[in-house]
Amino acid sequence: MTVMPSESGGRRLVVVGASWGGLDAVGTVLADLDPDSSPPVAVAQHRADLGEDALARALQGRTRMRVVEAHDKAAIEPGAVYLAPPDYHLLVEDGHFALSLEPPVRYSRPSIDALFESAADVYGESVVAVLLTGANDDGTRGMRAVKRAGGLALVQDPSTAVRPEMPASAIAAGLADRVLGLPAIAAAINDLGAAV
Amino acid sequence: MTRGELEKLELRLLLDAVHQHYGYDFRDYARSSLRRRIWRRVAEEGLQTISGLQERVLHDPEAMERLLLDMSISVTSMFRDPSFFAALREKVVPMLRTYPFVRIWNAGCATGEETYSLAILLREEGMGDRVRIYATDMNDTVLRRAKEGVFSLERMQDYTRDYIRGGGQAAFSDYYKAFGDRVRFDPTLAETMVFARHNLVTDVRFNEFHLIICRNVMIYFDQALQDRVHGLLYDSLVRFGTLALGHKESIRFTTHADAYVELDPQEKIFRRAA
Ligand SMILES: C[S@@+](CC[C@H](N)C(=O)[O-])C[C@H]1O[C@@H](n2cnc3c(N)ncnc32)[C@H](O)[C@@H]1O
Repeated sequence: MTVMPSESGGRRLVVVGASWGGLDAVGTVLADLDPDSSPPVAVAQHRADLGEDALARALQGRTRMRVVEAHDKAAIEPGAVYLAPPDYHLLVEDGHFALSLEPPVRYSRPSIDALFESAADVYGESVVAVLLTGANDDGTRGMRAVKRAGGLALVQDPSTAVRPEMPASAIAAGLADRVLGLPAIAAAINDLGAAV
Repeated sequence: MTRGELEKLELRLLLDAVHQHYGYDFRDYARSSLRRRIWRRVAEEGLQTISGLQERVLHDPEAMERLLLDMSISVTSMFRDPSFFAALREKVVPMLRTYPFVRIWNAGCATGEETYSLAILLREEGMGDRVRIYATDMNDTVLRRAKEGVFSLERMQDYTRDYIRGGGQAAFSDYYKAFGDRVRFDPTLAETMVFARHNLVTDVRFNEFHLIICRNVMIYFDQALQDRVHGLLYDSLVRFGTLALGHKESIRFTTHADAYVELDPQEKIFRRAA
């Protein structure tokens, strides 16, 4: 695997998918991220509508990264965590995000598959995809795209997840590079930036 | 040539072909969602490649219709984002009242739910008889549906809730009549509306407006195209006219950031600075 040289994770991008139980799991990963070494992070979290910016506020309380709901065409900047806004797909373009109201993909909007696939398409082997707790199989197709593009697939150890189905689905498909607990996932992300 | 490069080439050829043959210009649409929709159409048509789709749409106008519908993503609803409609009542209507007659452009109106929401709001604010709403979209199929003013009964419960959240002052059911599983909205609402086909990418300015509402349309454009279309919208506003975008759209990333002052940053309502 090639490591892109850079100050803060370079052109790398971390994409995170989470569903049932995800708020706490995402918070736990973000809590340990070091804004000076972690690449930018994009999160697709399935959720009941918590209301505008509620998820961002909840997560901001737990991390030193800057947490924002992604706006259309927002630049992807280091030290930041971008959340898919409720009821929009979050898609990755070159250096920025795009939003879309395409119909839900396999019942989900935001769709983890859509986020991962678009990230794989643009960032290729510089994508790190992280699949966390959830009770469906969203993310598995996206992981396949990430692996095909040469990216890195980190999957939460299902035995540590509130709901094991989503990570288990990606593991069963043979797509996980590493199966880890939440603290180890955060450590692996921090290491990316440190390993220049 | 890698798979990815080949795909880029096929995509460019398809978009050029569609542009030259049918006039629709998707060349500067945001790639991520464009690719998803094209591949979806490839799969639905039972094809294998983007080149295959190119052949089909060039020789079969009905396939082009289907592709156009995919490209439209005409997802919409009445009083979508109720807080936006509440802000329209509180912050924009008072300014509109200062004009003897008001022209509004609802650009990218899709199947018309947003247009009817606006017409209801303006009637309740006592402006029904001195306003005209120009509702436009690039897609004739969705415009035809918009003109009918017929929506699904199933959604009325959600719409009623959002109408009230948006500051609605009457019984929402007074505005429509149910027939079967559908409802027809009060035809006198449509008297304030003009529906017309207009493509933001390829058509020019056609009037001057006091308020332009263009929500969740430009998210499908790339940054350069957004800048261009912002130019069209800006040129289509009267001095101190108002522009409203979707909740997650930002004017900050465009070249027109300085041309406007924020009326309501949360609701993405802007006012032409001069
Ligand atoms: C997601 S809908 C938005 C509907 C409504 N404004 C809302 O926010 O609920 C997007 C609409 O934009 C239209 N559209 C896309 N590109 C366009 C263009 N170049 N010119 C005019 N309309 C366009 C599509 O046909 C579609 O009906």
